[in-house]
Amino acid sequence: MFDWFPKNISTFGGDIDYVFKLIFYIVGIGFLLGELAILFFVVQFRRRDGQKAKYISGDKWPQLGWILIPTVLVLFLDLWIDFAGAKAYDAVKGEMPVHDVIVEVSSKQYNWIITYPGPDGVFATADDITKENDLHVPVNKVIKVVLKSQDVIHSFFVPVLRLKQDILPGRTTDVWFEATETGKYEIACAELCGYGHYTMRGFLHIHSEEEYAAWLAQIWPAE
Amino acid sequence: MAEQATSEVQHTEQMSFVRKYIFSVDHKVIGKQYLFLSLFMALVAGTMAYYVRWQLAWPETAVPGAGWIPEPTAFSGIIPPEFYNALVTMHGTIMVFFVGMPLLLGAFGNYLLPLMVGARDMAFPRLNMMSFWTIFTASLCMIASFFVEGGSAAAGWTGYAPLSADPIYTGVTWGLNLWIIGLALEFTSFLMGGINFLTTTVTMRAPGMTMLRLPLMVWMQITAAVLFMLSVGPLVAGAILLLLDRTVGTGFFLPGKGGDPLLWQHLFWFFGHPEVYVVLLPGIGAVMEILPVFSRKPIFGYRTIIWSTMVAGVLSFLVWAHHMYVSGMDPNLVMPFSITTILISVPFAVIIFAFMATLWGGSIEFKTPMLYAIGTVTTFIIGGVTGIFNGSPPVDIFIHDTYFVVSHFHFTLFPSVFLGGFAALYFWFPKMFGKMMNETLGKIHFWWTMICFNLVFIPMFVLGMGGHMRRIYNPMQYDFLKPMQGINQFITYSAILLLLGQIPFIVNFFWSMFGGKKAGDNPWNANTLEWATTTPVPHENFDTIPTVYHGPYDYSLPNQNEDWQPQHLEKEPAAVA
Amino acid sequence: MSGASTVTEYQATHTVPGRMGVWWFLASEIMVFGGFLAVYILYRMASHGAWAAMAEHVSAPIGTFNTVVLLTSSLTMVKAFEAVDKDARDKARNYLLITVLLGVAFLCVKGFEYSHEISMGFTPLSGSFWSFYYVLTGLHGLHVLAGIIANFCLYIMAVRGTLWSKNCQGRVEFAGLYWHLVDVIWIFLFPLLYLSY
Ligand code: HEA
Ligand code: HEA
Ligand code: CUA
Ligand SMILES: [Cu+2]
Repeated sequence: MFDWFPKNISTFGGDIDYVFKLIFYIVGIGFLLGELAILFFVVQFRRRDGQKAKYISGDKWPQLGWILIPTVLVLFLDLWIDFAGAKAYDAVKGEMPVHDVIVEVSSKQYNWIITYPGPDGVFATADDITKENDLHVPVNKVIKVVLKSQDVIHSFFVPVLRLKQDILPGRTTDVWFEATETGKYEIACAELCGYGHYTMRGFLHIHSEEEYAAWLAQIWPAE
Repeated sequence: MAEQATSEVQHTEQMSFVRKYIFSVDHKVIGKQYLFLSLFMALVAGTMAYYVRWQLAWPETAVPGAGWIPEPTAFSGIIPPEFYNALVTMHGTIMVFFVGMPLLLGAFGNYLLPLMVGARDMAFPRLNMMSFWTIFTASLCMIASFFVEGGSAAAGWTGYAPLSADPIYTGVTWGLNLWIIGLALEFTSFLMGGINFLTTTVTMRAPGMTMLRLPLMVWMQITAAVLFMLSVGPLVAGAILLLLDRTVGTGFFLPGKGGDPLLWQHLFWFFGHPEVYVVLLPGIGAVMEILPVFSRKPIFGYRTIIWSTMVAGVLSFLVWAHHMYVSGMDPNLVMPFSITTILISVPFAVIIFAFMATLWGGSIEFKTPMLYAIGTVTTFIIGGVTGIFNGSPPVDIFIHDTYFVVSHFHFTLFPSVFLGGFAALYFWFPKMFGKMMNETLGKIHFWWTMICFNLVFIPMFVLGMGGHMRRIYNPMQYDFLKPMQGINQFITYSAILLLLGQIPFIVNFFWSMFGGKKAGDNPWNANTLEWATTTPVPHENFDTIPTVYHGPYDYSLPNQNEDWQPQHLEKEPAAVA
Repeated sequence: MSGASTVTEYQATHTVPGRMGVWWFLASEIMVFGGFLAVYILYRMASHGAWAAMAEHVSAPIGTFNTVVLLTSSLTMVKAFEAVDKDARDKARNYLLITVLLGVAFLCVKGFEYSHEISMGFTPLSGSFWSFYYVLTGLHGLHVLAGIIANFCLYIMAVRGTLWSKNCQGRVEFAGLYWHLVDVIWIFLFPLLYLSY
């Protein structure tokens, strides 16, 4: 059932998947009970000769109990979902942990412009390096991504990280993640941004510590 | 009065064809005009859905039946990305604003409301006529937008700025302007309609028709009208600003000129969420009329349903930002909006449970309208509960702008617009056209539509869980989507079948209209006032205005011979057993 | 059709449909202008004072003058309605005319203001404040124009005498309600645009 999810490689992705599954089971059971009840009523109370319908207006409290009691249950389940959601949301969007690596991702129709601050860790200095569509980060490190847009709204979406954030032009938006597995994954744009929206594809390279060091050394050999 | 009525009848007979059928002020004719408009637009938007689906299943191959579209819009049937975006945008816009609202509010609201409250017409018949011709013009704007240079609007039906605010971003020039103007006209049309609905219901009811004796369909229509009127204003303001950005060169939504792109989203969704209930309520309003008639039972909890609707209506103004969880708005506001969003399931749960309770103990007859009513309820539950997934912010981070959301909203909109709409059409067709529809064709249509609808949209949840983005022209662009392409093709096959499934309906509709069995005044033995008058309904609706003695749902009263009790007849004395 | 400005015999309530219709129309107008004002206020707050410099260039005295003109016209409209109520036909006619003329005066002053501002180089494209200024006052101006036309039609009807037929009785009241709304909107626009720098 949940195999359809892309695999999860972020620290908070599990929390998100957990809430999804929680809701799935809660409303799934509610859904099944509801549909079965309808099916049962429809079969049981189909028109038969000589059988009259019952007159039940449902305007009196004892009768209303039949629908209000399940409703209270729904209310309770809703609150459960709310609290579980709040907790997971806090893990993703709450206080941002101290980052180890920072990169800037700037979107424009229809490319991701990725800027690495270089060894000094500061943007807008001479050692900045800009690449198109390739985001290289180390595994098991907190990465802070500074999102900017040069034209319209785009959305930074990495399915395997369960991370999605719209990027508003004229503002910067920060997100973070910590990947738990190495590999090469796809970055997608999730907000309609023009005719090339579907081509706005980038790659997230998650390197092991050694690989990442090698990659750094290759780009900034002077170090 | 009677004298005046006869003179007016004679007067009508002398009226020219144009006055009688085109620029008519009769709510019944106007209702039918809305009906034909919405069915035509359904055909247009349904065809667009077909083009969209083909492109998604077999990207960049020639779409059969699209060869007629001239270059540079399409290239011998091959749809380029610009046109794809335009198709999706216009499919959504037309389905919601030019099919959903004109069908449920325009056609059934106009046709039924005066009949149900026992009035001779709407309070402002000429305004009513204007509202139709306004939406007619709006439809022309929408259709014309395909033929102007640059093609039609391609910024999504939500028209997010700045993509929509400056032609350089999409290459669409007048197409999008026409889209804005068309929408503004549509809004004006329904504002006029809403004034009529409310005023008619409040002031024109027949003697004895208290507010709590109104059929629920009327309650749903006027609640929808109020929701619409109170939510659309800010978006009208926004549309004017957007049009100025595009044409004059102001920068209300352009950050480069000091504007704020997020503002459009707030304005759109402040309207957009109440709007989805504007479409939903009349749809389930029809269900509320049909369930009691075909189970011969009162609707369960008449007042409770009205209260729940009002609670949902109020809440609907406090949830709009659930469309914007990942938009970059203040994250502290996310949880409050999430709580109101998820709580809105409570009033809807009450309504759904009331429907179930109505079935319980009934004597259910499966005529086509009843099948559609039950179908509406069973499928809407799926749409409703998947709204809970969207409403949970962490889950929405992942599923936002994926096919999970696409499927959610088709599972809510399709039941109310098409399943609810078909239920209403099969139910009121005898009154509207004086003929019965064919039952066999109706049942074929129902099962075909129901099954194919589910086959189209349930797999979309799977796509969404797999992370499949919406509004993408070619899914094969992404490696992680390639394994799911089979599902996309399956959906497209089902969608084609779904469209073909409408053929029995079209045949039935026209064939019955001209050659169907003649309908009696009250073929379903229903209580409400529209069945109290003759078929075909006379000019000014009732020969004498009926007096109302009790509520609309007194079916199977104990100690009575008949299992129904029309609203305009006094209760017969208890039958001697 | 039976006139919507009178109560008909088969109605359930004694509310005049026309009156209710007008109130609902006004409610939707309020939502539109409410939307505009909310947007304006939000933007202005977000501008952190940057707009104040632009707002300095509108003329508060002219704005005040126009406010007085519009308020007076509301008063004369009330008088016209009162006169209709008492069937004082000449009086009603004259008050309607004064209302129309005051409305025209308002628009003339507004036009003069616009031309002055544009000659100083402040067009709708000279920054966010000016964009809002022209949109808000422009839209309000259109509403004033619509009101003038409505009132002028009533005036013509009064001159011709058709205004006093049973079907048309409510119209002065309805036009008055609309005219007051236009006035109230201005009462919001005036301080927001002219006084708050
Ligand atoms: C008729 C139309 C309609 C209706 C009725 C609804 C109803 C609901 N919608 Fe939906 N929605 C849309 C049309 C509709 N929606 C559209 C068009 C969009 C997308 C627009 C776009 O982006 O293009 C959308 C998008 C949308 C989003 C944004 C998703 C995103 O973009 O990421 C969210 C998020 O919260 C949401 C939530 C809900 C909720 C909570 C309800 C609730 O009202 C549902 C309440 C009903 C029930 C819950 C069922 C009955 C209850 C029971 C049977 C009891 C059992 C239940 C529990 C145990 C919980 N909707
Ligand atoms: C009421 C609303 C409604 C309805 C009914 C539908 C119906 C359908 N929709 Fe639509 N859809 C939307 C509203 C709706 N949609 C919206 C709002 C969007 C978002 C747009 C955006 O992203 O901007 C969308 C987007 C959307 C997408 C996503 C595209 C993308 O993101 O790239 C897809 C893809 O499969 C799709 C498919 C379909 C299909 C196959 C149907 C089928 O169910 C269609 C079946 C057609 C019919 C049933 C019509 C049959 C005709 C008649 C009944 C008329 C009979 C005629 C006479 C008697 C003369 N829709
Ligand atoms: Cu960038 Cu879509
Ligand atoms: Cu919503």
